[in-house]
Amino acid sequence: MKWHLRGGRVLDPEAGLDARADLWIAEGRIVAVGSPPADFTPDRTLSLDGLLVLPGLVDLSARLREPGLEHKATIASELPAAAGGGITTLVCPPDTLPVVDSPAQIEHIQRNAAAVAGPRVEVLAALTPGLRGEGLSEMAALRAAGCIGLSNGLRPLANTLILRRALEYADTVGLAVHLHPTDPHLSAGGCAHEGAVATRLGLPGIPPAAETAALAQILALVEQTGARVHLCRLSTERGVRLVAQARRDGLPVTADVAMHQLLLTEADLEGFDTHCHVLPPLRTERDRRALVEAVATGEIQAICSDHQPHDADAKNAPFPQTEPGASALDTLLALGLQLAARGELELDTVVARLTTGPARVLGIERGTLQVGHPADLCVVDLHRVWTVAPETLRSQGKNTPFLGRRMQGAVVHTWVDGRLVHSLETGD
Amino acid sequence: MTPSHTPTPTSALQLTDSGRLRHFLTIEGLPRTVLEQILDTAESFASLGGPAVKKVPLLRGKTIVNLFFEASTRTRTTFELAAKRLSADVLNLNVGAAATVKGETLLDTLRNLEAMHTDMFVVRHADSGAAHFIARHAAPHVRVINAGDGRHAHPTQAMLDMFTIRREKGDFGRLCVAIVGDILHSRVARSQIQALRTLGAGCIRVVAPRTLLPAEVASLGVEAHVDLDEGLRDADVVIMLRLQRERMSGAFLPSEHEYFQQFGLTEARLRRARPDVIVMHPGPINRGVEIDSRVADGGRSVILRQVTYGIAVRMAVMSLALGPDAPGGAA
Repeated sequence: MKWHLRGGRVLDPEAGLDARADLWIAEGRIVAVGSPPADFTPDRTLSLDGLLVLPGLVDLSARLREPGLEHKATIASELPAAAGGGITTLVCPPDTLPVVDSPAQIEHIQRNAAAVAGPRVEVLAALTPGLRGEGLSEMAALRAAGCIGLSNGLRPLANTLILRRALEYADTVGLAVHLHPTDPHLSAGGCAHEGAVATRLGLPGIPPAAETAALAQILALVEQTGARVHLCRLSTERGVRLVAQARRDGLPVTADVAMHQLLLTEADLEGFDTHCHVLPPLRTERDRRALVEAVATGEIQAICSDHQPHDADAKNAPFPQTEPGASALDTLLALGLQLAARGELELDTVVARLTTGPARVLGIERGTLQVGHPADLCVVDLHRVWTVAPETLRSQGKNTPFLGRRMQGAVVHTWVDGRLVHSLETGD
Repeated sequence: MTPSHTPTPTSALQLTDSGRLRHFLTIEGLPRTVLEQILDTAESFASLGGPAVKKVPLLRGKTIVNLFFEASTRTRTTFELAAKRLSADVLNLNVGAAATVKGETLLDTLRNLEAMHTDMFVVRHADSGAAHFIARHAAPHVRVINAGDGRHAHPTQAMLDMFTIRREKGDFGRLCVAIVGDILHSRVARSQIQALRTLGAGCIRVVAPRTLLPAEVASLGVEAHVDLDEGLRDADVVIMLRLQRERMSGAFLPSEHEYFQQFGLTEARLRRARPDVIVMHPGPINRGVEIDSRVADGGRSVILRQVTYGIAVRMAVMSLALGPDAPGGAA
């Protein structure tokens, strides 16, 4: 279908564009921005006066829970939620049941995703079989099946020799490795930032050193092997500094942060709010500010949702017994807009870290609205106000720390490869 | 079964709109007046008819369930005695931890017991926040008393310790209190510190090797010491904590022997404290590990008096939360 999107404010950080402009889409691609293409007859024209047009969001980590954990969420439940949040590419980690460690698993996910109107799904396959950390996955076969990278999920490798070999072999087949910098021993049994709040509430702590010790180890191995590594979910000020230094030293590393880490701190655990049980844990205000600053400077290239939908029972227990993670697809963009509205980040920075930043991490030609690029985009009404509640969340997972919070800004339309996959308005 | 969207702040959960005790989950956030009311009420029970507290009909017709997910003898027994002396019906339930690894089972247990018209749960659980969880999910008329949750809180133990200190020492303002031992894992220490602060203790010290001190311990409002002699200097009250055997295997300490050498309370070391010092211990004591028998059984020890006072203090807490004057608790 050919589209003419008229009169919106187009914000494309990669193109350096923030202006009222028309957009023309044909055959799944952007064919013109600003001035109309020759001989173009649109099938549909949409008037976007007063609305914001953004490149589609690229989310580096969203769990779809399929296969095996369908009581938490399914591909069919989560992709519409992602589209409703303006996400046009999402990356799912391999920690499903069974683990994504074979081509068949990748094909299964891709087949089910293709049947649902929503974002493109990229799969991270298991770095080690069963995520056990004991040997190497058949990485060449996984690559051939279409995975975009490798990950060991939330299970850090305890054995540095296996990690070294895994990095070398991944580099051999040309796949990036996404690693969570968490020392398995220093974090064992912990469920909250080791600090004043955990001390008072008596919650077993996870010290910042669990992150920095793992980072130092990973960075040493990147220096040794030259392998391409993406560092997932930074949470500490010291961790941010280590990664920034490594990048200045020329190491091929990138990093992301979960959106909730930019808004919440250990103080939000007060009253044992199990929705704030996330890993890595919510840390101090000083850490939060350092993460926001790193997003501003680009030392952190991407903000992700770190979407982890759960069934109600998973959060309905004493805090340490609950499963970590928050449902986050529905709120990703709105929370980013909140950071901009508060003046903590510039709007174009927020958009860049949600679009072109993660696209570059993945090495895909997405996250921008320049002519010739795939037509992945969303339209945002900055004046639309909504409240986070089970009934307003499209995700099957209702486990968000932001329940009851008022959000300003909602996605009105989302296109993936030129196909409208989400729209709040029917007809035109 | 649906959890509330935003957890109620602890203070709102524990007190009724008129500021009366509803649940007793933690000392934190409770005003001094409420703590003093507990102590005064306990005093009235303790002075009833000499050494043995007589039975009073305050909670006649009420059903109290002792819901213990973690083993306990002393605490459960004193809660049971306290409930019986208030004329309540008591049911003891020792639920193995294995049967309740999942939250849904805990909620199911709760619903089943509520269906038996329970008026109060006395809860002990290995996880921090368990009592909050139960209070938040219990029916509106049900009261919850925390009998120890993970490392978080053990408020009735702290109140019986405060009761002991007040009886032995009077005013808190002049007192220097040293708490010695495994502060990191101790719910008792956390509740004691909060109670001492609320009641205005002059100085609160914690004494332990760094492996057994929690992160940012000073944020609790205490002075931290890693040297026992310094920590004991001129103390009016010394509270020894029980050392769990598993701390050796967890690499917190090299050995019981070395711990006793460095942090064990002996008569010689106790001389650093004031001559009229009292020595307390929440029990059960490990003789020769954290405390020498001569101190535990000596003239400065009030350890057995703590146990006796425990009944009066628990009667006070139960009657305040559920008694005739309590909202929703009218006979």
